[in-house]
Amino acid sequence: MSAKASDKIATMVLYLIAVFIVALLFSLVGYIIFQGYKVIDWHFLTAPAETFEAGGGIGPQLFNSFYILIISMLFTAPLGLGCSIYLAEYARPSKITDLIRLSIETLASLPSIVVGLFGLLIFVNMTGWGYTLIGGALSVTILNLPVMTRVCEDSIQGVPGELKEASYSLGATKWQTITRVILPVALPGIITGIILTAGRVFGEAAALIYTAGLSSPNLNFKIWNFFNPRSPISLMRPAETLAVHIWKVNSEHLLPDTRQIADGSAAVLVVAVLIFNFTARWLGSYIHRKLSGHRA
Amino acid sequence: MCNERQVDKLKSSNSKRINELLGKTVTTICGLLVIAIVIMIVIFITYKGLSTFLVNHISPIEFFISSSWNPELPPSDGGPKVGAFVFIYGSVLVSTLALIISAPLSAGTAIFITEIAPKWGQKVLQPIIELFVGIPSVVYGWVGLSVLVPFIRNNIGGYGMSVLAGSIVLSIMIFPTITSVMVDSLKALPFDLNEASYALGATRWQTIARVLLPAALPGMLTGIILGLARGLGEALAVQMVIGNTPGKIPTSILDPAHTMTSIITMDMGNTVMGTLANNALWSIALLLMIISLIFIILIRVIGKRRVYR
Repeated sequence: MSAKASDKIATMVLYLIAVFIVALLFSLVGYIIFQGYKVIDWHFLTAPAETFEAGGGIGPQLFNSFYILIISMLFTAPLGLGCSIYLAEYARPSKITDLIRLSIETLASLPSIVVGLFGLLIFVNMTGWGYTLIGGALSVTILNLPVMTRVCEDSIQGVPGELKEASYSLGATKWQTITRVILPVALPGIITGIILTAGRVFGEAAALIYTAGLSSPNLNFKIWNFFNPRSPISLMRPAETLAVHIWKVNSEHLLPDTRQIADGSAAVLVVAVLIFNFTARWLGSYIHRKLSGHRA
Repeated sequence: MCNERQVDKLKSSNSKRINELLGKTVTTICGLLVIAIVIMIVIFITYKGLSTFLVNHISPIEFFISSSWNPELPPSDGGPKVGAFVFIYGSVLVSTLALIISAPLSAGTAIFITEIAPKWGQKVLQPIIELFVGIPSVVYGWVGLSVLVPFIRNNIGGYGMSVLAGSIVLSIMIFPTITSVMVDSLKALPFDLNEASYALGATRWQTIARVLLPAALPGMLTGIILGLARGLGEALAVQMVIGNTPGKIPTSILDPAHTMTSIITMDMGNTVMGTLANNALWSIALLLMIISLIFIILIRVIGKRRVYR
């Protein structure tokens, strides 16, 4: 075969692969949303789940997903940011720095189920809390810390060196340079990172099954007290999230309408992930435009 | 007057120094905390995972090569049996098959994005692939269960819940991971390589196949290893579609199977902490952790061999 012919064939094959991938994703997302569209209504989104009968909703699960997301991001964002500032600005090549990088790589590649089991050991058994929302949130924090750190470090590294030099030459100290020059410039990237990490919390299930548990107490949305186990904002109660719920209804087979519940929940999850993705992109470029004063 | 101003100046420089120190200390602590977390995970999982062998005196050889799993079988019936081979085999089989499906597609997509249609590829295709990453694993599992499994049952054969279903679901899940690493490693190549190759009269495909791919090989391998690692560690999606039959090694890809992660997800909640049945699950978790540590070392070794950075 001549070089030109094989070049043409290869190009065609590569185009086919690209088209196939795009088609696959669109049909996947399209199918999920279409199936969910038939099920989702206000009742489905707000009603509590049933144990044996049809017609249950996903209200508490949806709430728990958001709440765990918020609580875990309260830990993940500052820790990840701090770690990335250290790595990008303070760390000199040393054994400790190497060890931190190795730790982050290790953490990033650990299967989420292993992190979940660690959470089970520490936050459920050793503390004696049982399955709790805070235990789930902390487990997810461990899981997300490497992603957060990496994204933040990337955007801090991306800040032009001239800005730093200019700041130092004006007599600013290192910390002043970091907080007043570097972080504002790196902000769009950091915010994108936070939102994308948050999206991961929303979909995580393996690390939550044995930490936040497979049940949600009968929440009373009139009680707003951190210490009342029936209060939605209580941290010390089991909190089954939406992603865990899909898994649970499928492995228990107790509901006659498992299919509808799972279809609806899957669609809600996918739509949420899409929203997280687009918001991250849009907000990142919006802030960039605001801060830099020109169109990106 | 003069004195007061000096005091003010001193105070502000003092608070500056405190801020300086505080900033450095806090960020350093964040870094050290990550090390502490990883060390704790390694110690605790190792400690729990070894108790099968140290406390319950199960032989590690039996654990690795025996395929009969029944930790609750009373000694009078010849128990307990703790052979994890079925799960190890299941995990390796499903992940390898997923990799065989996924790696060529990933390589093709990565080449398409970087070499064939950089504009369209990077503006449209790459964001789409990043979306793949974001879709939760239970959603993949659910679509696998509600679409793929019936399809296999009705059109190909078997029960539907099978190695094949697991591999296909997994291949879609690891695809974005592999692709983005491959894209990065192709993008990192200097454009001089393309120019030199074209100047010698090579076609685009010749340039890709004989110059770019060999040069990016370490990065491509890293992608494949990361994909394999993710495949072995993925729990719920695979568990939902693979059938989970213990004690039987699948002989065809239409047979159901069981994996390391699926037995942990299914049984961890049904066993009592400290019993052999529970400890054996921790041993599997330990094995999973060791595998992912080995992969990290592998990636580091390959990374050092990179020719072009």
